[in-house]
Amino acid sequence: MPFDRTAMAARVAEDIPEGWFVNLGIGMPTMVADHIPPEREVIFHSENGILGMGPAPAPDAVDPWLINAGKQPVTLVPGASLFHHADSFAIIRGGHLDLCVLGAFEVAANGDIANWATSENDSAPAVGGAMDLTAGAKRLWVLMEHTTKDGRPKLVETCSYPLTAAGVVSRVYTNLAVLEVVKGRGFVLAEAAPGVSVEEIRAKTAAPVWLPA
Amino acid sequence: MIDKIVRDMAEAMAGIADGSTVLIGGFGSVGQPDALIEGLIEQGAKDLTVVANNAGTGRVGLARLMELGRVRKIICSYPRSAGSVVFEELYRAGKIELEIVPQGTLAERIRAAGAGIPAFFTPTAAGTRLGQGKEVREFNGRPHVLETALPGDVALIEAWAADRWGNLTYRGSGRNFNPVMATAAKLTIAQAQHIVPLGAIAPDAVITPGVFVDRVIRVDRGAPWA
Repeated sequence: MPFDRTAMAARVAEDIPEGWFVNLGIGMPTMVADHIPPEREVIFHSENGILGMGPAPAPDAVDPWLINAGKQPVTLVPGASLFHHADSFAIIRGGHLDLCVLGAFEVAANGDIANWATSENDSAPAVGGAMDLTAGAKRLWVLMEHTTKDGRPKLVETCSYPLTAAGVVSRVYTNLAVLEVVKGRGFVLAEAAPGVSVEEIRAKTAAPVWLPA
Repeated sequence: MIDKIVRDMAEAMAGIADGSTVLIGGFGSVGQPDALIEGLIEQGAKDLTVVANNAGTGRVGLARLMELGRVRKIICSYPRSAGSVVFEELYRAGKIELEIVPQGTLAERIRAAGAGIPAFFTPTAAGTRLGQGKEVREFNGRPHVLETALPGDVALIEAWAADRWGNLTYRGSGRNFNPVMATAAKLTIAQAQHIVPLGAIAPDAVITPGVFVDRVIRVDRGAPWA
């Protein structure tokens, strides 16, 4: 059975060790935080100037002065810090984040990622912090469905959508598999979801899927 | 006696010229200088270039300023979001220019302007559509894009506390672009929820030193939302 969204988020969380500084993108990546066990200290960053972001507050405990990059109310954990946007992106661009987890429209076998504009004709796409995060984090992992809703592969040989960054993705977590993106080789299968065959993963990937040597 | 605290909004907005580049702080509604934007609408300056993270939501504030035809160009990282209806209408009708800048590059271009750095190279956007047409150089084996400083004629800032020298503090995630923009304009105007006596903000707690601030107006905005 393929991973569902909760299992996908939990699978990413499993691979994040104590002590990492992590930025989670909007959507499914945000769910990763819910699966880090409380005794494991992982520090979450938000583009709008937060390190040490905690979970969403109870409805009666919302602080309207405290939102995340998705503009939802959040909390701070003990040890948290607040700073301005230039410092926040110095953390990102300066290589101080151990990991960024983002969603994507497409990931290519050479590590290219497309996740900001849906076509060359979209003249006003919103880029936000995506290009800074993809260029700056020490590791970029992508968390996404293996195919689009109509079954088109999202892991491809070459991205057809406009790039967010070139050659930066090191791992992809999907509902079917965990794949490493290896320089000079491409997608290497690290783990198949329970009950999912290598044949199925290959059939739904528009680039070669290698088995670990 | 130095006193940057102005009596009313008209005084806060005095002298903003047509054609100005206006830096507007805030991320979401937190740290957004709502009252100053209303003041600018009232003041009447037009043909403006606005630099902000977003392109306004609903039909109030920045969206209202745009709807009134006062904004020639917007420079932002995230033009489209739920509720950016006015931007959509104007953009589709060809009535507003748009420059999309990655969020970190936007912050750094403004920071550079305030710090006297005319341009810098960044890895962000190298090899992408937003890097096209820009000078590219390799450093440490990676391509980098040349970006130029982005100064403002005016900066509109929301602070938490201010004193008469213009020293500012912020609350929660309300810092965002505000302290950066405060450094980068010829005329920096801050609205503050609280005006406190000189010395009441501990030197260690000042986030924006008064040197960067020209005018302060007290605006009891309350919670930014909810």
